[in-house]
Amino acid sequence: MTAWHTGQVVHTEPLTASARVLTLAVPGFSGAVAGQHVDLRLTAPDGYQAVRSYSLARVGADEVVEIAVDEVPDGEVSPYLVHEARPGDLMEVRGPLGGYFVWRPGDAGPVQLVAGGSGIVPLAAMARARATVTTHGAGLFRLLASVRTHADAFFPDELGQTEGLTTTWLYSRQAPAASSRPPGRLTRYDVETYAFAPDAGAHVYVCGPTGFVETAAALLVDAGHDVARIRTERFGGG
Amino acid sequence: MAVVTRGFGGRRPASERPVPPGQYLTDDFPVLSTGPTPNVDAPTWEMTIRTEAGVEHGWDWAGLQALPAEDVTVDIHCVTRWSKQDTHWRGVPVDALFTEVETAAEFAVAHSFGGYTTNVPLDDLLDGRAWVVSEYEGEPLAPLHGGPVRLLVPHLYLWKSAKWLRGLTLHLDDEPGFWEQHGYHPYGDPWSEQRYA
Repeated sequence: MTAWHTGQVVHTEPLTASARVLTLAVPGFSGAVAGQHVDLRLTAPDGYQAVRSYSLARVGADEVVEIAVDEVPDGEVSPYLVHEARPGDLMEVRGPLGGYFVWRPGDAGPVQLVAGGSGIVPLAAMARARATVTTHGAGLFRLLASVRTHADAFFPDELGQTEGLTTTWLYSRQAPAASSRPPGRLTRYDVETYAFAPDAGAHVYVCGPTGFVETAAALLVDAGHDVARIRTERFGGG
Repeated sequence: MAVVTRGFGGRRPASERPVPPGQYLTDDFPVLSTGPTPNVDAPTWEMTIRTEAGVEHGWDWAGLQALPAEDVTVDIHCVTRWSKQDTHWRGVPVDALFTEVETAAEFAVAHSFGGYTTNVPLDDLLDGRAWVVSEYEGEPLAPLHGGPVRLLVPHLYLWKSAKWLRGLTLHLDDEPGFWEQHGYHPYGDPWSEQRYA
């Protein structure tokens, strides 16, 4: 679990103006579960190293690591990954890591995903894992995804047609013309209208910036969702 | 020697003081919690220490405030790789809670409102190395960061500094807490990079 593997970038693909997908070939990497993350270690020519954690965007194939990175404007590592890294580049990978904020194909019951910004990445991995489950009785998924504008959405086409998943995009700054919901932050109304009702007994996964997760988790609890069924993952300052 | 990442320059830390291996400095105070932030009001807050013999010692908010508090300036290190230097806290050294506690236990488990747990050797909580804190940077500790009262064990990774503290139980054997059952290291020394078991 703790060994560093050498990974090689094999593919990059733009997602938004500030984000892209990186796919790495990582011999020795295996067994990832949706929701888990990896540590990436980058080494400068003088030996200086920086390590950051990134959620896996997709699981299921061993020896492949797919992440989706959103640029932190004054960041040290994310600007490199979004703008500079290219196929053939080497970096080290440790993982998969994390055993709590995960969804496994055997997990029963409906699942409510709530994403703020790039917090959608581990939740997309869960939805993608769900889509590969062919047995009847796999729980339905719903995704509430808050983004600034449509142009900031990750994987909008795919998540609109993923098997077993119903996705609702909530726009905080600017909504497309076709959207009836005025732009704004996540509200109690959104939770009560678009998420599973509390009595559906859904497991709830919330991921995003700290402020978003605090708000979303509190709204879910206020709306009657069982605290014990809400799992959160936060990033950024509080 | 690790592989070199082409085109990566990195940004060297401005601090003269070293940070533990694999950590980077931040001015933010990131938040890592497993679920919704519990609502715990200071006026109704209580905590207990329960010994391995089942003897309980309890404090309410007024009882905690009546103990001698200290100002503490420490560096903190999160296993998710951020470190923050010179953070200012105010709280009661854990030693002050143990003046009446008789125990032969070598291990403690911290318990949080909301159900979180984490295990720490008892020696690591004593001798002025850990505090029960209720202020951060001169303000009452915010719920987001564990208020009204959290444990502060700055020489270990921050997951050991349980937020929303409601008690300590004492044990003869080391019993893994929440993250320790999910693959994290039982002790968690940042300087030895004890991240994962």
